Amino acid sequence: MSLRPPTAPRVDRLGSLLGVTALAALVAMPFVDFKANRIASGAARSLGEALPVTSALTVGAIVAAVAAIAVLVTNARVRLFAAVVGIVVVGLAVAAAADALTPPGNRIVRVSPGIGCWVLLIAIALLGTDALARLRPGPAARVACLALTAAALYAGFAHGTFDNLSVMREYAVNASSFGREARQHVLLALGSLGGAVIVGLPLGILCHRVARLRGAILQILNLIQTIPSIALFGILMVPLGALASAVPLAAALGVSGIGAAPAVVALFLYALLPVVANTTVGLGRVSPGVVDAARGMGLTSRQVLLQIELPLALPVIVTGIRIVLVQNIGLVTIAALIGGGGFGTFVFQGVGQTAIDLVLLGAIPTVALAFSSAVVLDAVVDALNRTTS
Amino acid sequence: MGRLGWVLRLAAFGLLVAFLTVPQRFAPLFVPFTEYGAPPIYDQGSLLMLALAHLGTVFLATAASTAVAVTLGILVTRRSGAEFLPLSRTLVNIGQTFPPVAVLAIAVPLVGFGETPTLIALFAYGLLPVFENTISGLQSCPPPVVEAASGMGMSARQRLTAVELPLAMPLILEGIRLSLVVNVGTATIGSTVAAKGLGEVIIAGLLSNNTAFILQGGLVTGLMAMLLYDAMAAVERRVLRAAHVA
Amino acid sequence: MITVESLTKDYGAARVVDDVSLTVARGTVAVIVGTSGSGKSTLLRMINRLVEPTRGRVLLDGRDTKDTPVHVLRRHIGYAIQGHGLFPHRTVAQNIATVPTLLGWERARIAARVAELLGIFQLEPREYAHKYPHQLSGGQQQRVGVARALAAEPAVLLMDEPFGALDPIIRSKAQDDLREIQRRFGTTVVLVTHDMDEAFRLGDRVAVMSQGRLLQYDRPAVLLTRPADPFVSRLTGTADRALKLLSLVTAGEAAEPGAAEGAAVPAATPLREVLADLVWRGASVAPVVKADGTPGGRLTLAGILARGRAG
Repeated sequence: MSLRPPTAPRVDRLGSLLGVTALAALVAMPFVDFKANRIASGAARSLGEALPVTSALTVGAIVAAVAAIAVLVTNARVRLFAAVVGIVVVGLAVAAAADALTPPGNRIVRVSPGIGCWVLLIAIALLGTDALARLRPGPAARVACLALTAAALYAGFAHGTFDNLSVMREYAVNASSFGREARQHVLLALGSLGGAVIVGLPLGILCHRVARLRGAILQILNLIQTIPSIALFGILMVPLGALASAVPLAAALGVSGIGAAPAVVALFLYALLPVVANTTVGLGRVSPGVVDAARGMGLTSRQVLLQIELPLALPVIVTGIRIVLVQNIGLVTIAALIGGGGFGTFVFQGVGQTAIDLVLLGAIPTVALAFSSAVVLDAVVDALNRTTS
Repeated sequence: MGRLGWVLRLAAFGLLVAFLTVPQRFAPLFVPFTEYGAPPIYDQGSLLMLALAHLGTVFLATAASTAVAVTLGILVTRRSGAEFLPLSRTLVNIGQTFPPVAVLAIAVPLVGFGETPTLIALFAYGLLPVFENTISGLQSCPPPVVEAASGMGMSARQRLTAVELPLAMPLILEGIRLSLVVNVGTATIGSTVAAKGLGEVIIAGLLSNNTAFILQGGLVTGLMAMLLYDAMAAVERRVLRAAHVA
Repeated sequence: MITVESLTKDYGAARVVDDVSLTVARGTVAVIVGTSGSGKSTLLRMINRLVEPTRGRVLLDGRDTKDTPVHVLRRHIGYAIQGHGLFPHRTVAQNIATVPTLLGWERARIAARVAELLGIFQLEPREYAHKYPHQLSGGQQQRVGVARALAAEPAVLLMDEPFGALDPIIRSKAQDDLREIQRRFGTTVVLVTHDMDEAFRLGDRVAVMSQGRLLQYDRPAVLLTRPADPFVSRLTGTADRALKLLSLVTAGEAAEPGAAEGAAVPAATPLREVLADLVWRGASVAPVVKADGTPGGRLTLAGILARGRAG
């Protein structure tokens, strides 16, 4: 490609940054945090202190190799492979460290990843993310990667590899409620989304057809968005409580002043704006020539809407749904404050008890859920766009 | 927006100031929302002080995230920073899926309760709109314009400050506006970790079953958010007109 | 076959189509030509009721178009527009099959029709049937647009600037193809264009519109020799009307009995081309040969020039 004489291999600046950070984290920062029990203060342990010498050296060597690849190798696939190997190794190392530092049969000791481990994982993850971004995988490939990662993690958890880590200890204590809150979280997020789509889609079509309504409706929905979530949850508690006491049937159906009901209604209201706005914009982007041809060919208005306009507006509409789903997964966390359940229960319990493991027990699944939804729905939008352009 | 717009704006602003300075005058309005003789107006602290503290936190966080985001955005769109661009884009996308509550909750065990975790959460969440818009704005500068600037002998720095940034300004300001308004709402959650702000009023209401408190907290926050949104739009227009960009 | 009776369209105070009446005979091509804003597209769209007239009516085969439900009417009229309006999310085959599917044809019949039309438009079915519009070139998209309009075997075909987006070389071929197809299927075609040359090439009768009014509706030769309005002669062009007139007559029609030396001219060649050829060669006479190869008389320079004279 170029006529310059061969020089020293070009150093990748991002790779150098990440590589140096990773090595520094490995060597200079605590690898794990050891607590004699849940409320004791933590003591730092480095990699060498946590694992037998050979294992520690192996892990160190692998991390060094990953760092070297990050600095010297430009091939994105190699970097991605190195990053995956690095994360797996570090993950297994911290699990092994937990195993090693926990006396057999002991359930009280708490071992959690230390700052060094987190920094290391994040640095390697950034390396992998960068490599993945450069490879520009298509929608199917992205979903496949997600599925593979999920499967690998599930295998690890099912096998009990991570059981001695403090987060998993919290899980063990809360196992039954975890399942219940998980179901509740997903139900609330999806239920309100479903409601918003059922109401928002026709509303969006209406706004697209009647220009005058569009301004008014979007203004009102924008207004609703500015109300802070806990305020809306709180405000809805009153009318719903009144409804529950006045109409016994409603109470029997589960409507009540506290809990899931005000949360679902509030989430539904918050979800309306993205759905309505994106439906309107999506329909507006359909080429007028296509609509004219469709009408001219004799499709009825309903056929034009269902067969032509909506399918063509679908990428933008699904983008709106993605925004809503991610938003709602986050908002359901806050609904725990009014008894709505979901992962937020653990988050706020953890905050109240200053137990970061409990917080992580709630926060990590929430983030994972939001991230997965975003990846899947983005892939759907991408796939839809590819058929039309 | 016309005269009606101005009337509404002034009315909203006047209402807000009146309520914050002499809240007791509004007591009769809130009595219907209380039960068993509970106090209609928030009495566990000065509403004005809470509102100012709330705004203070929001402005501080937004200023910090703007400074960092714009700088990073500029660095990443330069030729020398180009290798960081794909990663930045992906991080922006990933970051948008992080619920602010999660960031807040994770920050607390690390830095304690109070303003600090709230500032951290708001800072992190406010980075993204500004960062993304800075990149979009700088990248959408028409290449012929940038080339003309180089051709005329401008140094890279001059090109940036005289041509690229002014052209990217509409998008950047839009990002700041979004960040600011979202932060006003998100800051209320900070009160769950004892940050001083209007969230306190709402949470007091939730704990004591006092809908009047909830309404007050919610309405004041909403009103502030709307007024800020509007004010930022006016600032945008002024700045852009002065720069002859829009 | 198509009778337009006193069609008028007002948008508020603006009269876009002003009391237009014309008749299009079955199996012929009527071209409506005019500058932009002349109301020609609006007039066309009143035939399939995409625009409802303020006054007047349209009769198809003697039946008022208002008496049929509008989407039934449109399913029996072919409609091809500039920019073709192909459905981006459907394959070529699905696009073409749209109206037959609406009409409830059996799948086998639809498939056969799609293959037939793709063949006629020189798009190999195996290769093109499953492609999406964005994978085709501009010319191919235009052909699919017309094929789609003809899919349900309509008796009437409405076209609004169908060749506007094509470059000149392809446009010429597309125009010839249209004439060929129209002859083959016997479709009655109403076509709108702003291009006078196109009007003259395609139209059995040409309607000239300006500011909503119909100025003249007649055979192209009559428009040239007896323009009803100065605007018509401006539109047809006074500078080379003689040559335009010559392009309307074929060698076979103008040949006189006799023989001549030199390269033979096919009977279907327009006189304009024959003239150009004679001038180029410096000849003054040429033999004419019919399509089957038999002699068809001869053409003299004087004979050709006589055909180009006014009146």
